[in-house]
Amino acid sequence: MKFTVPIGPQHPALKEPISLRMTLEGEVIRDADIRLGYNHRGLEKLAEEKTWLQNIYVTERICGICSHSHATCYTQGVEKLMEIEPPKRGIYLRFLVAELERVHSHLLWLGVAGHEAGFDTFFMYTWRDREVVMDILEMVSGNRVHYAINTLGGVRRDIDDLQKKKILDSLDFLRRRSEFYFKIGANEPSFVARIAGVGRLSKEDALALCAVGPTARASDISQDVRKDDPYGMYAEVPFEVATATSCDVLGRVVVRVKELMQSYNIIEFLLKNLPDGPVAVRAPRRAKPNEVVSRYEAPRGENIHYIKSNGTDKPERLKVRAPTLANYPATVVMLRNGFIADIPLIFAAIDPCICCAERAVVLVDGRSGEEKIVLMSELRKQAHERWKKAPLKKDAVWPF
Amino acid sequence: MLQRIVRWSRKKSPWILHLNSGACNACDIEVVAALTPRFDVERLGVLLKATPRHADVIISTGPVTRQIKDRIIRIYEQTPEPKFVIAVGACAMSGCVYRGAYNIMGGLDQVIPVNIYVPGCPARPDAILDGVVKLLGTL
Ligand code: SF4
Repeated sequence: MKFTVPIGPQHPALKEPISLRMTLEGEVIRDADIRLGYNHRGLEKLAEEKTWLQNIYVTERICGICSHSHATCYTQGVEKLMEIEPPKRGIYLRFLVAELERVHSHLLWLGVAGHEAGFDTFFMYTWRDREVVMDILEMVSGNRVHYAINTLGGVRRDIDDLQKKKILDSLDFLRRRSEFYFKIGANEPSFVARIAGVGRLSKEDALALCAVGPTARASDISQDVRKDDPYGMYAEVPFEVATATSCDVLGRVVVRVKELMQSYNIIEFLLKNLPDGPVAVRAPRRAKPNEVVSRYEAPRGENIHYIKSNGTDKPERLKVRAPTLANYPATVVMLRNGFIADIPLIFAAIDPCICCAERAVVLVDGRSGEEKIVLMSELRKQAHERWKKAPLKKDAVWPF
Repeated sequence: MLQRIVRWSRKKSPWILHLNSGACNACDIEVVAALTPRFDVERLGVLLKATPRHADVIISTGPVTRQIKDRIIRIYEQTPEPKFVIAVGACAMSGCVYRGAYNIMGGLDQVIPVNIYVPGCPARPDAILDGVVKLLGTL
């Protein structure tokens, strides 16, 4: 017998509002349906009312964990529209913060994965070490989470030698800790047993469903925008794309720990080769009519912003494709034929950032092809009316 | 006498429910960060609970999207008396940068009564801690 279990929008296993509908047969998941919209705020529309500069702060608040990713992706695009080139030191500092953010995001994720697997000590450890990264970020940018260090044409703050030294010292500590996590992650038998083989996503499926980021890399697809389409100064930086071949949650853990190591190397490289000079150039207020697509490898995968300008000081259109959205189709496949107890683990393994990926629904009238966005109350009214007019079903049977 | 014991126990061990009403996640991770070793609110008797039926204090972040409005009211009603609400972050206070967006209510107090506001975008874990302590002080 099949039945459906709704999970969410407010649920102990989820940190963010999302609604999952699972069709179960016994304990086995046969199908999954993901419903969005609880977190939709309407940022893309809001961005059209704000100036280019104000929008940095708006895009930053698309998501709190990868805030720098969205802000950088947007700034990169706008700089291309305005035809300005930030100075080299500015670019180095910008991506220094970007890599620090990747470190903090991956440590956070490792903790969450440990927590979902029932390994709370791991959670406490990684989050304690994450505070070290947060301290660096606070020192560099002035805030723990929304760094607001980007500006059009560079960055807003410079760092000095003392700060540089502090960051390098902390890196040593973080490296040592990450090696320790790698050892635990790969050798702790109960932890490995819990995550190995859970949430399989074959290479073919990952390719067909356009998975991105660590989810794709754990399925043995070597795909990373930093390598494939280098932006900023990534063409000069030596690093490797971390992949794993096991295609399950274990592989995703391994990929992320390996990426941590790569990020430490990148940070060290950036600090050691930090060029001298100014950190920002002046940006014009307006951008010529044009359009641009900007790509960025966020901690969760490829982030795409499409920006269109119309000659004024405001964008005409901003479209955001966050990595989590690209990973949803793959998640449904991962959930299928898994056990109900694995839902939080599998779902956490794509590192979902629900607020990034929120969408509104546009209703298309089937007869006239007219598109409209309606209010919830309006929709409810329509539903009531329809229900009043609907003919009574005389031979309806109770579905049992 | 009994009254005093009840008050004392309420003060010493508030159980919290963390509710995301459309926040950008930053405030949420700061709430979780407050539970981890650096800040460790558990030493003050604060326990994070998963269901509203166990909670005394609702810690809510985010500007309240239209979609989740009804659910928040439902969750508030499910929480047993006496209940307290802490609004964490500039969003929950007034809408922050989202003010003017079409899909938000612009603040938690538009939907349910709020006892304490913690400002900041995001509010630091120490500030959240301070908010909890201030709330306990009013009991
Ligand atoms: S107050 Fe700021 S950090 Fe907190 S949820 Fe709102 S936008 Fe995000």
